[in-house]
Amino acid sequence: MKTEEINEAIQETDAAIQEADSRESVTFGANRNKDFSKEPMCLSGRGVTRVFHTGKITTVAVDHVDFDFHRGELISIVGESGSGKTTLSKMLLGLLDPTEGEISYMGKPRDISTRAKKKEYWQGIQAIFQDPFSSYNVFHKIDSVLLDCINMRGDKNLSKEEKHALMTEACSFVNLKFAELTNKYPFELSGGQMQRLMIARIFLLKPTILLADEPTSMIDACSRATILDMLLKLRDETGMTVIFITHDIGLAYYISDSVYIMEHGKFVESGKPDKVMLEPEAPYTKRLISDVPKIHEPWDLSTVG
Amino acid sequence: MKNILKSCLHSPRFMTGFILFIILLGIALFYPLFHPGNPLQMIGQNSFVEPGTYLSLYDANTVNLNGKTSTFIMDDAAVNRADSNISEADRQTMLAYLAAAGVDVSHLDTSHENLDSLVTLWQENYDSSKKVEGYTTSAKKRDLRTLNSRLLAALNAGEQTLLTKNGDEEVRTAVANNAYVRSNQVANVINLPLGTDNFGRDMMKELAAAIGTSLIIGLIAGTIATILGLVIGLLSGYLGGIVDDILMFVCNVFTVIPGFVLLILIYYSVGQEARGVTTCAIVIGITSWVWTARSVRSQVISLRNRDHVNLSKLSGHSLVRIIVTDILPYIASYVVMAFILQVSSGILAEAQLSLLGLGPKTTTTPTLGLMMNWAMLYNAHTQGYWWAYFPVIAVIALTSFSLNLMNTGLDQVFNPTLRD
Amino acid sequence: MAKKMLEVSELTTKYITRTGENVYSVDHVSLTIEEGKSLGIAGESGCGKSTLALSLMGYYFAPLHYTSGTIVVDGKDITGLDPDVVRKTVLGTDVAYIPQAAMNALNPTRKVGKFIEDVIRAHELPMDKKQIREMAEQRFALLGLPVDSLDKHSVELSGGMRQRVVIAVSTILNPKVLIADEPSSALDVTSQKMVIKMMKDMMAKGLVKSMIFITHELPLLYNVTDDIMVMYAGQIVERGTAHEMVFDPVHPYSRGLMRSILVPEEGTRDVKLTAIPGTPPNLKHPPAGCRFAERCRYATPACRYNQPPLLEFAEGRSYRCMHSVDHLKEVYEGED
Repeated sequence: MKTEEINEAIQETDAAIQEADSRESVTFGANRNKDFSKEPMCLSGRGVTRVFHTGKITTVAVDHVDFDFHRGELISIVGESGSGKTTLSKMLLGLLDPTEGEISYMGKPRDISTRAKKKEYWQGIQAIFQDPFSSYNVFHKIDSVLLDCINMRGDKNLSKEEKHALMTEACSFVNLKFAELTNKYPFELSGGQMQRLMIARIFLLKPTILLADEPTSMIDACSRATILDMLLKLRDETGMTVIFITHDIGLAYYISDSVYIMEHGKFVESGKPDKVMLEPEAPYTKRLISDVPKIHEPWDLSTVG
Repeated sequence: MKNILKSCLHSPRFMTGFILFIILLGIALFYPLFHPGNPLQMIGQNSFVEPGTYLSLYDANTVNLNGKTSTFIMDDAAVNRADSNISEADRQTMLAYLAAAGVDVSHLDTSHENLDSLVTLWQENYDSSKKVEGYTTSAKKRDLRTLNSRLLAALNAGEQTLLTKNGDEEVRTAVANNAYVRSNQVANVINLPLGTDNFGRDMMKELAAAIGTSLIIGLIAGTIATILGLVIGLLSGYLGGIVDDILMFVCNVFTVIPGFVLLILIYYSVGQEARGVTTCAIVIGITSWVWTARSVRSQVISLRNRDHVNLSKLSGHSLVRIIVTDILPYIASYVVMAFILQVSSGILAEAQLSLLGLGPKTTTTPTLGLMMNWAMLYNAHTQGYWWAYFPVIAVIALTSFSLNLMNTGLDQVFNPTLRD
Repeated sequence: MAKKMLEVSELTTKYITRTGENVYSVDHVSLTIEEGKSLGIAGESGCGKSTLALSLMGYYFAPLHYTSGTIVVDGKDITGLDPDVVRKTVLGTDVAYIPQAAMNALNPTRKVGKFIEDVIRAHELPMDKKQIREMAEQRFALLGLPVDSLDKHSVELSGGMRQRVVIAVSTILNPKVLIADEPSSALDVTSQKMVIKMMKDMMAKGLVKSMIFITHELPLLYNVTDDIMVMYAGQIVERGTAHEMVFDPVHPYSRGLMRSILVPEEGTRDVKLTAIPGTPPNLKHPPAGCRFAERCRYATPACRYNQPPLLEFAEGRSYRCMHSVDHLKEVYEGED
């Protein structure tokens, strides 16, 4: 490498690190340990159930669950594979109708019976999915992904420059450079960058509720902190409710304001993370926590099989 | 798109298929341009004329009369002429006579190569006055004499005299044995590269027209089958539920009833009069969409649960838009390949139908299947008239081979795991 | 000093891409494992840890190719052997490899017992069916697996049980080195614990003499292995005991990794979760200097020019950085 090239590279690194320094670690803002129970209700459910029929086999994926999500809260729904958390998330998103039970949105029963009403509901709730590689239509460029969001939030008539400025702002919020992304396809980015672009999408849409379905499980540990930090920043800036669906108990404990533990379609325990994780009551929660390898506490292998 | 085209060019399989297909298409498009005329015109008075170029005897002589001849000296002209005049039986007789006369003919046979030596031996040893055992009756002697004079005429013919009439006057014209005319100076030459069929129709012209018609049938049938299959597969896969159940029921019905029987029944009930090329294509199309629908459905089912489709729904996009922008592009390559196979199977289905005598009723255009049907009806295959069926079989095989090659070639292009 | 079970020196392997480029995914890796010890390999996806696992078998198939270096298993050099010889005499007896989705690799039409017969047949051991059956039953009983699972098809077993069965089958010939590449990451936590318990059992009972365990889950690694090695861009960047690596990492990259650990226990909510900016370098064109320099907050111009060597700075601890250990520790203290 030539000296100039190296100097250039050093400058680039410095800039990147400076940016990273400003958000060196996950920042919780003022909302850490805040009591959300006094905040207005955002999404709540009573007796929400979903049954699947395949031939003669009937599967109860979600079994009469009750929940109350408050405004600005970060809720984690923790469950292992097959616990019904994905079915529940689809019902929350309105992509799947509950077989039984009622979901209330902003204090009123949710009505998504027509397409227009659905469209209105989706202005208020958006999602980030687990696999960034399947979250994008590979035939669409990044520009059109972002433009679509601008159109969706009703800014269709903005001038080209204003739209461009909005897209640049959204990208810089997630530490990406829009100028480098135009005319690129999403699959040219790394998994972490793609997931950040998803957050840029949420930044443009500014929904009341964000449902994040395992947004970091396909991402390396080092990039995970960045994604979490951006989600938290978004929550703090817009007062958004974040529903975080995960199988990672440690992550749920670390990040959330309240935790719901799900087993076989039921919530077996819920509450403040400190209470649920450190003094679990339900046998399932106890087992789950004891089965996860830890660092400071010994991992007792004698308790299984 | 550019990349796909580029890798298509780099796929040897696709290119082989493509070139084959273009050659066939070229024959269908350009042969009629150079040889215009109704492909079904019955030019021959007798059936199953062998492939070859036919000159009008009468016109060849007319050219000669006008004196537009050229003269060539060819060493083997006499032998060639003898070859076409002295029949196999004559040669056997000559051999037998020579053997009886005590000449050693063990190294000779009746082939063209040995004709020269045979003739020499004959000329040396034939003597009408000599008594040869077995050739003593006057009838046998007469036969030998006429054979000898025919041979001499063929070998030595300096010229022939033609007697024609010019007005009232009789004109005698001498035709020298080394006088030649160009074949295109002869007024009427018929070129039959593939001979004629039972009705005396030029097979090559017929075949070129038939390739065109069969391709059109395949194209129409393939398009109908692909569109039907695509729409039904998309709807049933994406909507699911009751729509899926109903559409899949229809699919199952079509699967359970053998498609070919259905085809024959529909075809028969349509009636002789309505059975044109287009009807044939449409009927084939609406009976062969099932497997396209099934495979499109299964692809769509795996796609509809992808996150990008969910996100598109959350963006409030309409059903049509989601299907067109979020699902269709993912299965487009698959549909293109299915279409190619449908075209190929459409051509084969027409050939099968026509072979059974249920082909399009047409007196203006032949199809590959109809040509097979005619060849079979008039026993070309049992009587050894290979030119009446073999080129048709070859073309049918080559067409579906080229289409299948293109299909597997495209599979390689679209599916990177199949690349070497 | 204990017997060395696996000794790898300067092992380099490469992938040849479709366009003919060389990607050195394992770059001059040297490591030793002693009898009865286990080594964990940690790193981001694409850092070469799975390729290292594949390379250690001594059995290469395209696009992976051997370039240089030696692998010695219990005194026997297995590099440069014919693939057929490797399959017959090395795999299963010297080295056993359990890939990521091993539990889905069982042929669903055959009974579990058949797979054990296959292993014995492949090594041409003089045993008849009855002896094999006896041996299999003993081994399953020893590992606490239900003996009747030998007569079941793989689909009749649960995911966790299937994975344990696969491990039992592949270690039936008591390999000297067991290489497990994410053996439990597709399982739920309870099954994961059972798999780990069985693997630890096998080590304790001496059925497996040494083990290499690869995972991206650091808390798991900490609890399973004696030593941990961190890989970055095809190279080893740091090695030490599990405890040292988790609580006292030296290399800036290891430190970043260890600071991303989240476990459900007291104090987790007060952890400062750090992020490492950027992405790993493209190994088609590796940087001239330190491979981590682009993302390192302590990088100096010298880091860009020079490839730091892997230095041993204490008994069993080595790291790859231009800075001295003392300097790094000082900097870290200043931050906290």
